[in-house]
Amino acid sequence: MSTLAQRAGKAATVAALHADAVDRDGRFPEEAMAVLKAERLLGLQIPRQFGGEGAGLTEIAQICCTLGQACSAAAMVFAMHHIKVASLVGHGLDSDWHCRLMERIAREQLLVASSTTEAGTGGDLRNSICAVETTGDLFSLSKEASVISYGIQADLILATARRHPESPSADQVLVALSRDQVSLERVSRWDTLGMRGTCSDGFRLEARDIPVVQIVPKPFAEIAAQSMLASSHLLWSSVWFGIATFAVDRARAFVQGEARRRAGQVPPTALRLAEVSNALQAMQAAIVTALRRVEDLHGDADALGSIGVSVMLNNLKTSVSDMAVDVVQRALGIVGLAGYKNGTPFSLGRPLRDIMSAPLMIGNDRILANTAKLLLVQKSGGQLMSA
Amino acid sequence: MIPAHDIREVLGHNGDLAPLVDQISEDDNLFDKGLSSFGSVQLMLALEQRFDIEFPDHLLNRRSFSTIRNIRSTLESLLEPSAA
Repeated sequence: MSTLAQRAGKAATVAALHADAVDRDGRFPEEAMAVLKAERLLGLQIPRQFGGEGAGLTEIAQICCTLGQACSAAAMVFAMHHIKVASLVGHGLDSDWHCRLMERIAREQLLVASSTTEAGTGGDLRNSICAVETTGDLFSLSKEASVISYGIQADLILATARRHPESPSADQVLVALSRDQVSLERVSRWDTLGMRGTCSDGFRLEARDIPVVQIVPKPFAEIAAQSMLASSHLLWSSVWFGIATFAVDRARAFVQGEARRRAGQVPPTALRLAEVSNALQAMQAAIVTALRRVEDLHGDADALGSIGVSVMLNNLKTSVSDMAVDVVQRALGIVGLAGYKNGTPFSLGRPLRDIMSAPLMIGNDRILANTAKLLLVQKSGGQLMSA
Repeated sequence: MIPAHDIREVLGHNGDLAPLVDQISEDDNLFDKGLSSFGSVQLMLALEQRFDIEFPDHLLNRRSFSTIRNIRSTLESLLEPSAA
């Protein structure tokens, strides 16, 4: 059996080969996905008793970084899949149906997508307009899903909805829907500056006569606070770190080429490279620290959902997303026109366009506003090694 | 022992819960009743003000404030040392 790094490396090699075409055509990274499935990387997080490998967020984050260096879209699809799987692993163990679903994800390497965004909620995943409508043991759901990343390619969709038609907008549940249980009518196309291969089209989602056992038994509020916040910010950050690393690697190769041509001199761009390597290291430190803090909590739901951890994760997202854009831009500054131009060994157009999504995915202003509220009650951590 | 009506009085001034406060039982989950994340922060601030305490970080989690019963035990865990 190959190591995890070797398996991820195979997927990254294929992802890199097709990254420009995926970007140019705004198409799903199907070749990379085929290898991710063949290497059985979609079931990594599933507990061993259900046929997975029981991997933690650190291992998934490492793969996100590896893929991020090859193809941002493939990396982000992998990250989003594992954010959803983390919700199932963290909150579905009390439900037989969801345990069987986890077995299927591991055995059949099912790709899981998310439908949280809804037209009319302003992108706030903690509010829904649509509601689960239950009749006996069955429910129906209609959702104006303004974004479902890789909705067409996914095998499963985890969708948020209000618990009942009378529930307040924040009283949400998460429902697991097989692709063959839903009809998706595409209402908008994902034609964007970057991250084009995530195929985050908008859909009208309809599901009829679905067994109620497919509703995850925990309130979505708990799933969001105790699993999604950590997994999304940590895994996205790891993808962004991968993209930034790719850009710095190109800048480094460029500077080293200059140094070889002018033996005995340190090229002026080397100073800029020193600066960007400094920024990249700070970014890495922020991610690794947050990963360790979350892993050290060993799934303690109260601690994961606490205000201190929420503030820490919010800060991770806003800082790393801004740093990543800065790092890629600086790398472009070092490489110059060879980076601005497509089709050179130093081209940085694609990663620059991709990374521009980082501060926008759950907008940093929204997150800062949330942190601002939490800071009204949070007390000082005060310890170098803990908070 | 903190009387339930003291906690209910604070809930009655919370924007999210005020209209429902009479229908909330001791063990009803307040988040299910519509308490938002900002509403929960407002609730924590109001309780700190009303009972002249500060919640330490390790109690600033969802469970501590999820029901009237949990709020009471959270408050009592802080007020107990001075009562003893």
